[in-house]
Amino acid sequence: MHRLTIEQAVEGLRAGKFSSVELTRAIYDRIDQVEESVSAYIHLTREIAQNQAQEADRLIAQGEKKPLLGVPVALKDLICAQGTRTTCGSKILNDFVSPYDATVVRKLKEAGAVLIGKTNMDEFGMGSSTENSWHAISKNPWSLERTPGGSSGGSAVAVSANECIAALGSDTGGSIRQPASFCGITGLKPTYGRVSRFGLIAYASSLDQIGPMAKTVADTAILLNVICGKDPKDSTSADIAVPNFSQALRKDLKGMKVGLPREYFTTGLDPEVEESVRRSAKTLESLGMEIVEVSLPHLEYAVACYYIVACAEASANLSRYDGVKYGYRSEHSDTLMEMYSNTREEGFGKEVKRRILLGTFVLSSGYYDAYYLKGQKVRTLIKNDFENAFKQCDVIASPTAPAPAFKFNEKTGDPLQMYLSDIYTISANLAGIPGMSIPCGQSASGLPIGLQLMARQFDEETLLRVGHQYQQNTDHHLKSPPL
Amino acid sequence: MNEKFEIEKLVQLARLSLTEDEKNQLEGDLLSILGYIDKLETLDTSNIEPTSQALSLKNVFREDEPGEKAESCIELAPAHYKDHYEAPKII
Repeated sequence: MHRLTIEQAVEGLRAGKFSSVELTRAIYDRIDQVEESVSAYIHLTREIAQNQAQEADRLIAQGEKKPLLGVPVALKDLICAQGTRTTCGSKILNDFVSPYDATVVRKLKEAGAVLIGKTNMDEFGMGSSTENSWHAISKNPWSLERTPGGSSGGSAVAVSANECIAALGSDTGGSIRQPASFCGITGLKPTYGRVSRFGLIAYASSLDQIGPMAKTVADTAILLNVICGKDPKDSTSADIAVPNFSQALRKDLKGMKVGLPREYFTTGLDPEVEESVRRSAKTLESLGMEIVEVSLPHLEYAVACYYIVACAEASANLSRYDGVKYGYRSEHSDTLMEMYSNTREEGFGKEVKRRILLGTFVLSSGYYDAYYLKGQKVRTLIKNDFENAFKQCDVIASPTAPAPAFKFNEKTGDPLQMYLSDIYTISANLAGIPGMSIPCGQSASGLPIGLQLMARQFDEETLLRVGHQYQQNTDHHLKSPPL
Repeated sequence: MNEKFEIEKLVQLARLSLTEDEKNQLEGDLLSILGYIDKLETLDTSNIEPTSQALSLKNVFREDEPGEKAESCIELAPAHYKDHYEAPKII
């Protein structure tokens, strides 16, 4: 039962083939079986899940039809759910209990979802391998000696290893798409502003978005419909009509154009990944799409631009962790200033300190124009690249990551190499456009490979439609890890 | 000391307190990352407007109405006295 998709679970629950209590128990049984090997979760919410499942069964018996009624889902542990710990993968928030629900959590509850637990992540979303979590290192279910990617590594592992039916992650520079690619699942970063960030612990506020991580594109569409929409509690959430994403899936692809950006297929790209992505483009062509070559000339500047913008915003956002209002406080301090610096020294991990220092530098007096302002201008160039490319095509297809999942400690000694593993995903955050990773093949050693699809701002319909039609004609998304 | 920044000053601005080992390592990391970032200098951006957020967002106004009471949050503080935060002495 733990292998079910959202669609299958909802169908089975409505038809009375099983109850939500039984399905929830099956998920926890699966967690008890594999969690020790993969460490997807920071903590489980068994009691909440039990109550929600019982309530769902009561409503199902009354004929209630909500989109996720009785379906077990997981949350990345930087999304607040009232009464649960929300640690952000950090020591500094280890004992923090959310006093309120994030808007996406309120929406999940209204849709009838059952909360299974909070998933592991790189501290504050800063990382590409989940090795920066203070709690544990999550393992890739396809190869336990490799990372699941990050920062939403725990959510990707939980979906891939069937420890939940679906999950939410967040994506600032690729943190949904890259782990989705490494773990062989579907992950969507929506357009900036599509989903409310209220109750999402901030890393870089102009880039962060919450998004679905699921077993299929069809499930991704269901979850997106549940969580998106204008929210008065997030002034950056967009007041724009929300289409029925599930309905958009059914349309065929005839007459549409898929753009392959030539700069994404150069040095540094693993040959097996390139072959899988090019083969996927051929599949889309066989479904009626025309392949066109497009150019995104500023790709090579995206990582540099991202680390200026993201770290600047992070250094400001993380200044709130001062040991006064909430979270960890150092006990070894006589003065307020000592307490601030000792709390932050003891509470933050190395990567977080690295990014705070970098952000502090690029915002500091005398360097602002040379770095932060320059970064914002390059961001304009990257955004313009996409606007030009989308004059020639409806969707852009590329690799999600330059290579399949890497091994533990392979990149931890060299931060720059770690940053470059996000080179293909970062631009979508800078330009605010939606991006989705779907499984498109496997390496010779059996590791999943991800295809990234990107579309114009607020055109998730096209992404989901292309992704769904691709999955209707391929079986990469149906493969499960040997666990 | 490197030419780009004083690590001591940055650490102080960021309200951190690093050990000597950490300082040396992070200084090296930052230099390497900034060396990479310097590739942006090759781009002419003199006529380009900066982008601070990707959407054309407008300011949002609303009536200023009281929301949830502060008591629900004061309990989260590491130390508090009634409805006041407690902190070590300032001077």
